Amino acid sequence: MTDEVIRTVDLTKNFGSLEVLKGISTVIHRGEVVSIIGPSGGGKSTFLRCLNLLETPTSGEVYFQGEEITGKKKNIAQYRRKIGMVFQNFNVFPNMTVLENITLAPILEKKIPRKQAEEEAMALLERVNLLDKVNEYPRKLSGGQKQRLSIVRAMAMQPDVMLFDEPTSALDPEMVKEVLNVINDLVNSGMTCVIVTHEMGFARSVSNRILFISDGVIKEEGSPEVLFASPRDPATRRFLSMVL
Amino acid sequence: MFFIKIGKIWQKYYMVFLRGLGGTLWISAVTIVFGTVLGLLVALLRMVRVKPLNALATAYVELLRGTPVLLQLYFFWIGLPKFLPMLGMTDTQSVVCALIINSSAYISEIIRAGIGAVDAGQWEAARSVGLSEKNVFLRVILPQAVKNILPAMGNEFISTVKGTSLASTFFVPELITSYKTVQSATFLALQSLTIAGIIYFLLDLLLSWMLRKLERRLQESD
Repeated sequence: MTDEVIRTVDLTKNFGSLEVLKGISTVIHRGEVVSIIGPSGGGKSTFLRCLNLLETPTSGEVYFQGEEITGKKKNIAQYRRKIGMVFQNFNVFPNMTVLENITLAPILEKKIPRKQAEEEAMALLERVNLLDKVNEYPRKLSGGQKQRLSIVRAMAMQPDVMLFDEPTSALDPEMVKEVLNVINDLVNSGMTCVIVTHEMGFARSVSNRILFISDGVIKEEGSPEVLFASPRDPATRRFLSMVL
Repeated sequence: MFFIKIGKIWQKYYMVFLRGLGGTLWISAVTIVFGTVLGLLVALLRMVRVKPLNALATAYVELLRGTPVLLQLYFFWIGLPKFLPMLGMTDTQSVVCALIINSSAYISEIIRAGIGAVDAGQWEAARSVGLSEKNVFLRVILPQAVKNILPAMGNEFISTVKGTSLASTFFVPELITSYKTVQSATFLALQSLTIAGIIYFLLDLLLSWMLRKLERRLQESD
């Protein structure tokens, strides 16, 4: 666990006069599973979105495998190919079939032959139990199926780290589990994951480390056992007492 | 009486009308194709985050929407041969240029709105898998935008076909010019107008039908 995948140094982000992130420094190591919890509007999602530069930080740096990616003139797409992301609202491509959703980026950007990309996509679909939907359009999928598809779409690029932005928040309750199971599988296969979530039970069981982010800073971090059982910061205590 | 005369005019002058229809068809096709290409470019310029380009594209659109088409036709018809004589443009070419530029302004607005209507999450998802900006746009955003755009675009195409009639002011060979020719030979204005009108109507009916078919095909994925 010494290999670092992502490092942020004093990351800040302002939206107009609103300071959403006020200086976040942390390191994500290879194989680590880090869950980010905290109150809404506290900056969790913004922080996550800064890691693949969907948001451009106002100041501070992001390093991916030791290389700074926040500098100007960087080919961001090239880094994003190694940083998978799963969104709250799935954001699957509605104009493409399930298979095309998955193979689009590998074929276009990694120049993988179509046949091979399709075979790999099928193998991934089998892993998440969606093989029977391979030629469907997303409109025919349930929320849980769409989210599993979006996870597979990210996995198809064989990323070094996966970012999850509240992956179950838009799901009906009965579909939460099927998505969490898929994420759990990924974790067990050794994937490095950063997960913004409101599912405290899941965060507790799956993570090596919890970051509690509130008011744009990391108020507290630690192993789930310690952080959930005996939080030190009053803000963490208040938050946990409300959600647990 | 009226209809019998129409029949007689058609029998004698149908070639004039058909030649006019030919003119209307090619002018419409060229205006639609180049107007769309140019309109897409202008729409893209309006969306890039480079202030001067942005301002230029906005001014282009506002200027062309804010002045009468007929004025623009005159302007190009007189202006092009005068300021760019080395191009050696004929009357018809100058007028068609003006039609293209005019329709590109309207088309750019339609395209811009259609692209704007694609969910922001689609841009983010396409970027997050590492697509280049070109592929994000061409493979993910544009195909979805086309679906939003098509109904408004159909409207624009239909009004383009009718708009080519203004070229008759400059005796560019097209349907209204045919009407003028037949009218001055026969002095039967209403009858000749009716023939031209029927041809326009059938042409736009055909275009509507084709667009509806295309729309339905694109709708199949959702």
